[in-house]
Amino acid sequence: MPTGFPKRRLAAGAALVVAALVSTTACGGGDDDNDGKDKGAGYNAALNKVVNASAKKGGTLRFVGKQDFDSLDPQRTYYGMTWDFMRFFTRTLVTYDTKPGAASNKLVGDLATGPAQVSADGKTYTYKLRDGLTWEDGSKLTSKDIKYGIERIWATDVITGGPAYIKQTLDPKGEYKGPYKDKSKDKLGLKAIQTPDDQTIVFKLPKPNGDFEQFLAMPTGAPVKADKDTGAKYTQHPFSSGPYKVKSYNAGKSLALVRNTAWKKASDPIRPALPDQITVTISANLEENDKKLMEGDYDVDVNGTGMTQSGRITAVQDHRADVDNIQTSFVRYVALVHAAKPLDNVHCRKAVFYATDFAGLQQTRGGAIAGGDIANSVFPKSIPGYSDYDPYGILARKGKADIAKAKDELKQCGKPGGFSTKITARTNNPSEVDTAEALQAQLAKAGIKIEVDSIDGAQSSSITGSPKVVKERGYGMTMSGWGPDFPTGQGYAQPLFDSRFIFDNGNYNESQIKDKKIDGIFDDAIATTDKAKAKSLYEQMNKQLIDNADWMPFIYEKNISWRGPRLTNVYSSAAYNGRYDYVSLGVAK
Amino acid sequence: MARAAAGGSHKEAPAAAGPRTVLAYLIRRLFAVLIMVLVVLLATFTVFYMLPKWAGQDIAVLFAGKATGAEQIEGIRTKLGLDQPVLVQFWDFVKGIPLGRDYANGADVTHCPAPCFGYSFVTEKPVWDTLKEAMPVTGALAAGAAILWLVAGVATGVVSALRRGSLWDRAAMVGALGGVSLPVFFTGMVAMGIFVHNLGWIHIEDGLNTDDSIGVWFETLLLPWIVLALLNAAMYARLTRATMLDVLGEDYIRTARAKGLGERAVITRHALRSAMTPILTVFGLDLGALLGGAVLTESTFNLPGLGLAAVQAISSHDLPVILGVTLFAALAIAVANLLVDLLYAVIDPRVRLG
Repeated sequence: MPTGFPKRRLAAGAALVVAALVSTTACGGGDDDNDGKDKGAGYNAALNKVVNASAKKGGTLRFVGKQDFDSLDPQRTYYGMTWDFMRFFTRTLVTYDTKPGAASNKLVGDLATGPAQVSADGKTYTYKLRDGLTWEDGSKLTSKDIKYGIERIWATDVITGGPAYIKQTLDPKGEYKGPYKDKSKDKLGLKAIQTPDDQTIVFKLPKPNGDFEQFLAMPTGAPVKADKDTGAKYTQHPFSSGPYKVKSYNAGKSLALVRNTAWKKASDPIRPALPDQITVTISANLEENDKKLMEGDYDVDVNGTGMTQSGRITAVQDHRADVDNIQTSFVRYVALVHAAKPLDNVHCRKAVFYATDFAGLQQTRGGAIAGGDIANSVFPKSIPGYSDYDPYGILARKGKADIAKAKDELKQCGKPGGFSTKITARTNNPSEVDTAEALQAQLAKAGIKIEVDSIDGAQSSSITGSPKVVKERGYGMTMSGWGPDFPTGQGYAQPLFDSRFIFDNGNYNESQIKDKKIDGIFDDAIATTDKAKAKSLYEQMNKQLIDNADWMPFIYEKNISWRGPRLTNVYSSAAYNGRYDYVSLGVAK
Repeated sequence: MARAAAGGSHKEAPAAAGPRTVLAYLIRRLFAVLIMVLVVLLATFTVFYMLPKWAGQDIAVLFAGKATGAEQIEGIRTKLGLDQPVLVQFWDFVKGIPLGRDYANGADVTHCPAPCFGYSFVTEKPVWDTLKEAMPVTGALAAGAAILWLVAGVATGVVSALRRGSLWDRAAMVGALGGVSLPVFFTGMVAMGIFVHNLGWIHIEDGLNTDDSIGVWFETLLLPWIVLALLNAAMYARLTRATMLDVLGEDYIRTARAKGLGERAVITRHALRSAMTPILTVFGLDLGALLGGAVLTESTFNLPGLGLAAVQAISSHDLPVILGVTLFAALAIAVANLLVDLLYAVIDPRVRLG
């Protein structure tokens, strides 16, 4: 699972904006006419509840975004926004519930009638399919199509980019070579998946994994019709199993979806399928996109990474009722590299915790609203494992530093005068370098001198992701951000803290935590299908990581999102990182 | 000084040029362009294929475009021929341009038809398709802006030179300085703020398409033309003014006046014609560079041209597209330069092709 993805997803959202260099508040006053007669549903109206609930069909739902989808091929996509959007034309056995807030984290049956029947040993998952499932050409969608779609993950030389969870769980040794090299007649040679009949599919796991259904809810678990499979080019025209189908796709420019008339509502309790058409426009200038959203040319930012600085100022001032301050599942952190002396010593690491002015870092990132809340746990609030455990009194001091305690810890570390090291910050991530420089000034007050080394975020997997490079360059800290692939402890934390996930390249256990106890907690939590037990194990893990000052989270990220006033059925979905649940949206007028 | 720079690229020969010498000249220059493009290709290839290797990075990872597992990276290595020696890879790439190319990896064969400038594994399209779609936009942007800035810039420069020291001259030169100093993403945003958002006079179509009508193209490109022209016109005005002042002090201008030619003829037929040589040189380079993609203008106005394609390719780590745009830009500059050299003969009677 060393996917390296969450950072890329971040990088995608935070891609370089030439125009953002200029603050254009000066010319942002074009909406004077709207002052005072804004009929928005209210500030934060789409958090934990549905705005403009409606079953009215028709109209065109218009998305805009700077970043295009990574791939429309279900087995190749790894961007959170694509996963959210893909439900328009892609169905999976189970999917996240179409409910606001944390309720969305519940898995419900989509192609399947409900969640799996799991055998007592946790190794066999059986699903029954719903009646009336169809492809866009009207043909019947069967369990074999689902098996074939999932098998494509094994064709690693053709189907690149998507997560490999299912493959690693079902066939850890990689014995199957994928459908393109499959010698069997129906290309369904993977033994771990069985399709006794068209309505039944059975998964045989070599060992239990309590998160297995989460893997199937990702687009990688989606069906593909074998005779419509165009291999690597499938992204250009994916064959629809949902209520919409691709009318035209021009990568980097636009996507248009129209109704899939073969889809039967009776077979799909998840998707209201309200708009008649859905368009996505990819447009390079973020500031312009914000203006067009506010002027009503578009309804939603498909990237869901929040408005620009100038955009959010105008939005909050003039259209407060059309804005949500969304809590994402991203955590901003500083990894304290255990391999770099003196950070191998727990007291020196604790000194960093005490010397950091979290409130100052929060300010640098845009304050509590645009930046986010001060973090105290390694887990974001939406992941079971989060707790209010705060041994360093960070929240109690409202984020302020405690220099006296920091100096005390430094003494115990044998470095009473402090120490020197280097920190990395990624240049393609807005305000990360600024934040690292703020930290530099804060730590200096306790005698900890850090040198900020700006790195290219696009190359980070071979810089901060390479323990060798980290050692050669003398990095003691790395600053970055992290979000979950799926909302469990495993989906969020394993690449960060499990010693078996330390790789030569693409390593995200940047602290290089080698703790058998942590590894053991992962094994126990993954093996259990008891959610309460897993939660308490991850809480235990959080306590241990924080006590050891292994990894320092500092912000739970938030953003300001535009909620187009003509949207209906709008709500923020925790399962999609706080984004609006695209598949539920409709438009008024 | 400006003329000396231009003089380097042509020869002065006493003999009159016959059709044969022109043809020979053309062939020689075309050959030179070909060599230059090959050199650029080699340099670009070195940057993309050798430098990462020397820096200890795995090129297959860079070309993969997305996070991938070890097996996937090996697949890409085979498919792109990255396991071959660099010279073989270079030859394969060059050969692909006239002949097309197959990227094969076991079961999966991807055909890239001629002219194959590489294949993008992010969009799953031949790079040529991306270039082809982007060219009309960049071409229209460059042509419109170039006409505007050439006419406006040269006219302003000539008038300034003739009325040296006047209020007009001062105002024009201050304006020109402003134009040169203000970056496109600033003037572009301000222009859009005023004309698109505040006044609502202009609608800019997101993602200009070949299906869109000429009217849509014109309306969408109007502001970009002006903004881009403003930036360049300023420089041309200053250049024209300086060269004109230079030329107006020459003996032959005095001679022309002494033999009783009208002022208009002196300025247009004698002075301006001579002053055009350095301007044309710069114009050729500028136009060529612009045809390779106006990165800032295209990003600001969301015009899907070569510049925007390059920016998108960079943000999605789509190296083959970056390579393709770079190559195309080099080609555009080389060809524009060639055209300029041919035009010298028309403008400057002292120049003979030989």
